[in-house]
Amino acid sequence: MNQEFKKETFRDDYTFSNSPESIRRFPFPFWEDKYMYSVNIEPHTKGPAGSVFEFPIDINEHYVSEMADRAIVLKEDPLRCQALPHMMLAQWDFLELLMTSMARDYPQWFSLKTEGDNWHWINRPLNIDQKFVFGDPSTLPYEPMEYIGRQCQGDFSIQDQRDGQLWMDAGIITTQADWSLDFDVGMNFMEWHGPVPLAHDMKVFDRALKFLLNLQLGQPVRRLNWTMTINPRLDTSPENYNKWGKDRTTVTPENVGDKVHLRVELQALWRLPRSNAILFSIRGYLIKMRELVTVPKWGRRMHRVLKSLPQELIDYKGITRYRDTTLEWLSQYDDGAPTSQGGGPD
Amino acid sequence: MLVEGIKSRPQYPGLIADCYANHHVIAADGDGAQAIIDLFNQHGPQIKGRVTIVYAETLPNSADYTTRLKQLPVEIVHALPTVVTAIRRLTGVLHVARMGTRIYAAGTETMIGLTVQLAQELGMDPQAVLTEHRGTMARRVQCVHCKGFTENVKTNIVKCAHCGANLLVRDHYSKRLAAFQGVCVDAEVPGELPEIVEVFK
Ligand code: HEM
Repeated sequence: MNQEFKKETFRDDYTFSNSPESIRRFPFPFWEDKYMYSVNIEPHTKGPAGSVFEFPIDINEHYVSEMADRAIVLKEDPLRCQALPHMMLAQWDFLELLMTSMARDYPQWFSLKTEGDNWHWINRPLNIDQKFVFGDPSTLPYEPMEYIGRQCQGDFSIQDQRDGQLWMDAGIITTQADWSLDFDVGMNFMEWHGPVPLAHDMKVFDRALKFLLNLQLGQPVRRLNWTMTINPRLDTSPENYNKWGKDRTTVTPENVGDKVHLRVELQALWRLPRSNAILFSIRGYLIKMRELVTVPKWGRRMHRVLKSLPQELIDYKGITRYRDTTLEWLSQYDDGAPTSQGGGPD
Repeated sequence: MLVEGIKSRPQYPGLIADCYANHHVIAADGDGAQAIIDLFNQHGPQIKGRVTIVYAETLPNSADYTTRLKQLPVEIVHALPTVVTAIRRLTGVLHVARMGTRIYAAGTETMIGLTVQLAQELGMDPQAVLTEHRGTMARRVQCVHCKGFTENVKTNIVKCAHCGANLLVRDHYSKRLAAFQGVCVDAEVPGELPEIVEVFK
């Protein structure tokens, strides 16, 4: 992959868009014409070349601009990155996982040389050249999680495992779909999932937790999650909901194609070696409706999924106000033809 | 976002005596005093060792409660005028507490929540705090926008005491913050508010 990094924004003038290649590799999350929660966990194994599953950590054309947006969020609100004191070892585990994956899979951009605990990290796209001592936080400009989190696409939270539970005791979360790290830090798996409708009664969380408590080192897993966002805004935090909430009222039949975005999270989970904690990565992908319908199967399926989505999910995901307008627009792209199984384009 | 019946909402199973503890530290406010009296009536013989009570006199009849608490077989009753001063005193008590101490909390969710939070901050196991809810359901709410706390919230919607936002009081609860989450209710259409009703009595 020899691509340019795009210069674009995720706020104010919203210049974000996807290249045709980026559209083709979009992780469309619906494998059939309807959607409901399930324990949709699969091994996080290598996918086809060029796909978002090719490497464990996916770096794409939006990398540099997404990192610039994260820097703005962290400058305005330092509470978006927090780690409880007992998470320092897990922070180093996390830094190691990211640096080794990124350097191995994208040698043209990242390099890591290690001699014992003396590490040398180079990040060419962001112009970073850092020598530090692994395990000694004073040798980095930020704590390890924040340091590497500022250099990798996707949000990350780190869960401590104790008393048969997972505890969200650290995270760097700047592009979230309307949940607050500052509020959730220190909660357990059931507590932070508290607001999700229906899934508790379906036992989705009981089963998912049981699975994760047994997650093995070297056998990461993944799942896809999705929501919708007005404008290509990365920072849809509850903290700033009073700034972006009104965007939901701005959707008109004329602007649906450009304003309404499908937001897909490729979530991966890794057991960490030293701390026994679990890393949760939330790698977000945005695509506007106009881009989405360039793949005919996706246009048809998006229309059908949105049409049959249970009301509880519509409300929880915040789609209520603009669903009808979006459905009306999408209906032009649904000729009723059958769609094939699976999420990929035909 | 605005979903009811959230699972992070804490449960308060009620006070029982820990017959293995050698020091019982009991924090309460308002009608929580009655929960302590009931505990002694029902489980008195199982309570061995020292008993320290920290009581916030938050109700008009609290002075009577204090008198009755002092008649229990306890080492000391610290009577304080407010929840904030009681928590301050509790901090002092717990700072010098030793192994074998069991913490109890009774009364409003705010009193219980702040006690559990304190236990956690002092490195104790917050899940080991025995709890019983008595009295008002009024909530301590944190504004997710400015992070300020608004106390004693009885209505579904409340004006943030700090930034003035109209907050919807969610059931989503943080033990670390000892507070429910408040989220701007009219962010999408400013001024468009649902009917304001008293729901936490
Ligand atoms: C340790 C890893 C995980 C973390 C840190 C995490 C975190 C979260 C958070 C913070 C939310 C938002 C809740 C809110 O509204 O405040 C959420 C939603 C959700 N989570 Fe998880 N989660 C994890 C693993 C899982 C797994 C394994 C499943 C598997 C079934 C799952 C299923 C869901 C579902 C269905 C939702 C609702 C999403 C939506 O409709 O947009 N989560 N998760």
